[in-house]
Amino acid sequence: MNWVWFHKLASPPTAYAFARTLRPWLLWPSLSMMLWAGYAALFVVPPDYQQLDAYRIIFVHVPAASLSLMVYSIMAIAAGIGLIWRMKLAHAVAAACVLPGSVFTVLALVTGAIWGKPMWGAWWAWDPRLTTELILLFLYLGYMALRASFDDIGRADRAAAVLALVGLVNIPIIKYSVVWWNSLHQGKTLSIWGKSSIDPSMVMPLLVMLLAFVMFFGAILCDGLCAQILRRERHAQWLTKQVQ
Amino acid sequence: MTPRQRRMIFVGLILLAVSAAAGFLLTALNSNVQYNIVPSDVSAGKAPKGRTFRLGGMVEQGSVKREPGNLQIQFVITDFAHEVTVRYTGVLPDLFREGQGVVVRGKLVYSTDLEKGQWLMLADEVLAKHDENYMPPNVAESLKKTHDVRRMQETSTSPAPVITP
Repeated sequence: MNWVWFHKLASPPTAYAFARTLRPWLLWPSLSMMLWAGYAALFVVPPDYQQLDAYRIIFVHVPAASLSLMVYSIMAIAAGIGLIWRMKLAHAVAAACVLPGSVFTVLALVTGAIWGKPMWGAWWAWDPRLTTELILLFLYLGYMALRASFDDIGRADRAAAVLALVGLVNIPIIKYSVVWWNSLHQGKTLSIWGKSSIDPSMVMPLLVMLLAFVMFFGAILCDGLCAQILRRERHAQWLTKQVQ
Repeated sequence: MTPRQRRMIFVGLILLAVSAAAGFLLTALNSNVQYNIVPSDVSAGKAPKGRTFRLGGMVEQGSVKREPGNLQIQFVITDFAHEVTVRYTGVLPDLFREGQGVVVRGKLVYSTDLEKGQWLMLADEVLAKHDENYMPPNVAESLKKTHDVRRMQETSTSPAPVITP
């Protein structure tokens, strides 16, 4: 197999141009999908038999929580690639993941709390799922803090990468916390291989919203990656040429 | 060994060590990680004595009794094997109803004048659980109907009552 395209993509000028081109193709479709899914979630799908209209928050809560795990996994894998193959662009990708990832985590925690108060009767509980998701937020914040504490970008990359890899162990714990232990949080609703436990009349906006969140994250990642490349390559010749 | 292979092993060792540490930690903490224990644990004597803890299960059908004129309420929590009676004073969450999963926090006392079992939970918090099933009211209604029909058929054909959770 020919890997030339991959090595080319790993070079900052190509990656910069690629991210700039890709961004609008992800951003605008994702925003229109979000609008449609949000409208369908609020006005089209029927209410739940027990929670009535309060369940509609899953259309934000579930995609946000899924993305918080997905983004962390991408961040840790990119950090690992950066560490093993000394690929600077991989570190740039990891660094661009942390902000959207932490925002998704906050969104999942906040929407969960807003949902938890009327349904469970509590804003917060020290439930395994909730606690491990909070640890995920602290991992994101710790990653940001660690990165910010080094002046040298190479050392910051390596130290932050080790932290990201250490925190990766939390991801399966979050995912399976509702299976392994008695918890207040309900089990998973969406299932790729098995049968989802949400009625077919409600599932479409949820899936569209999930896809929209993934694409929106892609667009934000393009932005973050461009910003990282600009900062890291600020003395490079290709960039000065492009700016002039 | 190339430097790249050395780094690969380094990353592998980090992942291995951290997973092993997390694995040991979670095995050691297993019972403490549980958000709640169930009535069968209480019957087996596994409930903490003289200390506040959380108990989870289903509110038994027909067991909810309210005091007229105040917020006091009594109900039975079951895990379909054992029961614990719960007494609570306060406002209940929206989803609290018979047949619903709940988690109550409180202290356990031994009592002999209960209708079911010998354990009474004096609760100071009641949280309602909900499950991962989402469906419109009419679907739930038709599901319930087919379920009832099936149960009626089962009881009419089989002489011994079968208890299924």
